[in-house]
Amino acid sequence: MSAPAFLDTAGGETRRLAPPVPASGFIKLTPVNQRRLAIFRQHRRGFWCFWIFLCLFGLSLFAEFIANDRPLVVSYKGEILFPVFIDYPEEKFGGFAAHTEYRVKEISDEIEAHGWMVWPPVHFSYQTINYALPMPAPSPPTWLLTQAQCEKAATAAIKPGAANRGCRAIEWDWLGTDDEGRDVLARMIYGARISILFGLALTLLSSVIGVAAGAVQGYFGGWTDLLFQRFIEIWSALPHLYILIIISSVIAPSVTVLLFILLLFSWVQLVHVVRAEFLRARNFEYVKAARALGLNNLNIMVKHVLPNATVATLTLLPFVLNGSITSLTALDFLGFGQPPGSPSLGELLLQGKSHTEAPWLGITGFLCIASILSLLIFIGEGVRDAFDPRKTLA
Amino acid sequence: MPDTPLLELQDLSVTFGTGDAATVAVAGVSFSLVKGKTLALVGESGSGKSVTALSIPRLLPPGTRIGGRVMFRGQDLLTANEKSLRALRGSAITMVFQEPMTSLNPLHSIERQIGEILSIHGTHGAKAIRARTVELLEEVGIRDPAERLGSYPHQLSGGQRQRVMIAMALANRPDLFIADEPTTALDVTVQAQILTLLKGLQSRYGMAMLFITHDLGIVRRLADDVAVMQKGRIVEAGHAQTIFAAPAHPYTQALLAAEPKGLAPAADPAATPVVSVEDVKVWFPIKKGLFRKTVGAVKAVDGVSMVVREGQTVGVVGESGSGKTTLGLAILRLISSQGRIAYLGKPIESFGFHEMRPLRRHMQIVFQDPYGSLSPRLPIVDIVGEGLVLHKAKLGYLDRREAVARAMVEVGLDPAVMDRYPHEFSGGQRQRIAIARAVVLEPKFVVLDEPTSALDMSVQAQIVDLLRDLQIKHGLAYLFISHDLRVVRALASDIIVMRYGKVVESGAAKDIFAAPKDPYTQALFAAAFRIDAVPGAPVAG
Repeated sequence: MSAPAFLDTAGGETRRLAPPVPASGFIKLTPVNQRRLAIFRQHRRGFWCFWIFLCLFGLSLFAEFIANDRPLVVSYKGEILFPVFIDYPEEKFGGFAAHTEYRVKEISDEIEAHGWMVWPPVHFSYQTINYALPMPAPSPPTWLLTQAQCEKAATAAIKPGAANRGCRAIEWDWLGTDDEGRDVLARMIYGARISILFGLALTLLSSVIGVAAGAVQGYFGGWTDLLFQRFIEIWSALPHLYILIIISSVIAPSVTVLLFILLLFSWVQLVHVVRAEFLRARNFEYVKAARALGLNNLNIMVKHVLPNATVATLTLLPFVLNGSITSLTALDFLGFGQPPGSPSLGELLLQGKSHTEAPWLGITGFLCIASILSLLIFIGEGVRDAFDPRKTLA
Repeated sequence: MPDTPLLELQDLSVTFGTGDAATVAVAGVSFSLVKGKTLALVGESGSGKSVTALSIPRLLPPGTRIGGRVMFRGQDLLTANEKSLRALRGSAITMVFQEPMTSLNPLHSIERQIGEILSIHGTHGAKAIRARTVELLEEVGIRDPAERLGSYPHQLSGGQRQRVMIAMALANRPDLFIADEPTTALDVTVQAQILTLLKGLQSRYGMAMLFITHDLGIVRRLADDVAVMQKGRIVEAGHAQTIFAAPAHPYTQALLAAEPKGLAPAADPAATPVVSVEDVKVWFPIKKGLFRKTVGAVKAVDGVSMVVREGQTVGVVGESGSGKTTLGLAILRLISSQGRIAYLGKPIESFGFHEMRPLRRHMQIVFQDPYGSLSPRLPIVDIVGEGLVLHKAKLGYLDRREAVARAMVEVGLDPAVMDRYPHEFSGGQRQRIAIARAVVLEPKFVVLDEPTSALDMSVQAQIVDLLRDLQIKHGLAYLFISHDLRVVRALASDIIVMRYGKVVESGAAKDIFAAPKDPYTQALFAAAFRIDAVPGAPVAG
């Protein structure tokens, strides 16, 4: 390729006027965004809550490795097996069923005799029913039992003649079980994971739709804006819960269907802010300049006007996430949410309400959901401070 | 006249911020002011003149460190308590700011705003306040004051709003009147009227006036004493005549010499016409009633015809609201219009978005506001190179950078800064970047919409030289829109004078500047070059 005509050729060697392309770090941040990051770091509460939330969320993503009724690794007769990933038939361990229950005494004794097992910290999954409960379901956590109650429960488990060690002999239960005998701690971990993932998905999708809708309205104005706004008014006036109840009575919603239905109503949250920003920014001179260069509307909207709107959007996002998590929890609490049997914080709260004699249910549910939401609120405060233009551009 | 100065600044210093980020805005400023005299504080943007003025009534933001003394009537204002300061502000010391639209409360009528300042400082009784308000409005030259009492700021013109501000400042017969660039945002004719008004009021009431400006023409007309500020210090001070006759400091000399100069090329009717427009009209319909029926039209541009030739500049002059910018945008087909527009002989008035796109690189525009016309989130290389991405799509990334670097060198910027962001540059540099953005596409026709209005005088002169050099080098045709006649005189070969959308006078620049025929043009030139308000002239109020 011959050199373009404008390059200087001196002594046969092309001399370039432009400086070398600056090396970009892992994520290239503009100076304004670097300052925002610095301000977020300074907001101690938000910063710490962000890391705590990330840790807890990360942990909950590995729920299968923390609370499961199958061991992580098994060494049986010289063979290394991974029951957490693969469902081995019982024939492998000398049984007859198609599905192995590792918690059953025979199987676990068999494996212990010919090898070893590595269990996750909590020996229950969210659906595992504990048949050896010390008290009828909902049974309290082990640390709430008196010695006498423990000994009574332990008599069934110990070998005849051995000493009754009371609470140490029965299976340790951190947070008790719910009214069907399922472990509360396991359900809490799995439930938190589903709640947060659902919230994230709902927030992401409603943001995309909301920003696009707001952008179109604000940028074009006129009749598009008028009609769209009237539509949003009518749409927001529809009663979300009733529609959900009606749909729930026709089909049993799975998580995806719930996501879709809630999405139908939650995309409206971001529209107003984005619309206002676009209405303002479309009159800026640099938008006029871009038009004079010949850019089409989509390019101008995305490249020039949208960055202005992202400030307001990002500031609102933690609160939208909060609302999304709360929506799912509320639906589960009312019984219109996930199918029965799914681990869910709302369902835990519902059981807590119906079994006030079992305070560990309600308190666990409350503390879990309250801490998730509070962490998000504090993170949201930090984000809002970081994007505050008076602090950023000072 | 008493000899003891009314106001005396002794070694004033103002610092913003703390530690590493501390900026010294004003350092060691001392001057004094006696009653009946005007002191003009002159300097470019960033020299600290406004900060000095704001520190007198102590209106700086909290957290600012102020040193030195401000002696007003023998009392040090910097150590006075807030209560005594409040008694002085608005009665003995008043201030008029630059932007009348943002200085007036948009939700209060002017009667209420003037009444507020009267009632705070002692006038009681609604009737007395109203009577005094009408008296003040009449004094500042608002016609039919009794009827305008209930109007809101947005219902008044710029000049009228500034008059209301002056009325508020005069309400309690101040001893010290501080005016911070009060006419910068106004048209030349209105500016001339406001300045005449201020001079008259000062001689009537014998108040001391501290006038801040960057315009030396105003200083020549208005000031008794001058203090020249540069980077927070006073570099020269003295009587106005002495300083203008024999400036001692090199900065003052540079400032005085910084008028846009040079000769515009003579009008050449033989050059190829690049853009010709015939009877262009831009009418905005006024819709009223339930069914939004068009009852009339705002005739922003009402039948303008002209030709812009290669290598020549057509200057469009007029006051704000005359339709100059609308004309420029209509020619570039950025707004819809009626009438014939032809580019290189080809009619383009019916071209849609797609047909205009390939022509866009030949017809470019530079806007007025250097702070608003550059996208704040993109580095310079992306801003200047944006047109290249669109119109010269075959250029690779590195070649595009090279083209941008060449354009930057042409406009006088160092290409090494191309990865920085707009906020790191000064106003003049940003305007150069905007020019680079227009020039990198190698256009034939450039509309310059008041490119120098937001810049300092010395920077204006540099930009005018740059534009002239680019025109000679590339044979560009310019449509130069401006209300600043000094700049137009340095650059334009032909002129059209617009008023209320119509062309009042047009022709070769040399002829019109030498002998304007139309009375409006004469009044415009008188206001612009001599800051003379011709009495009875047909100009906007």
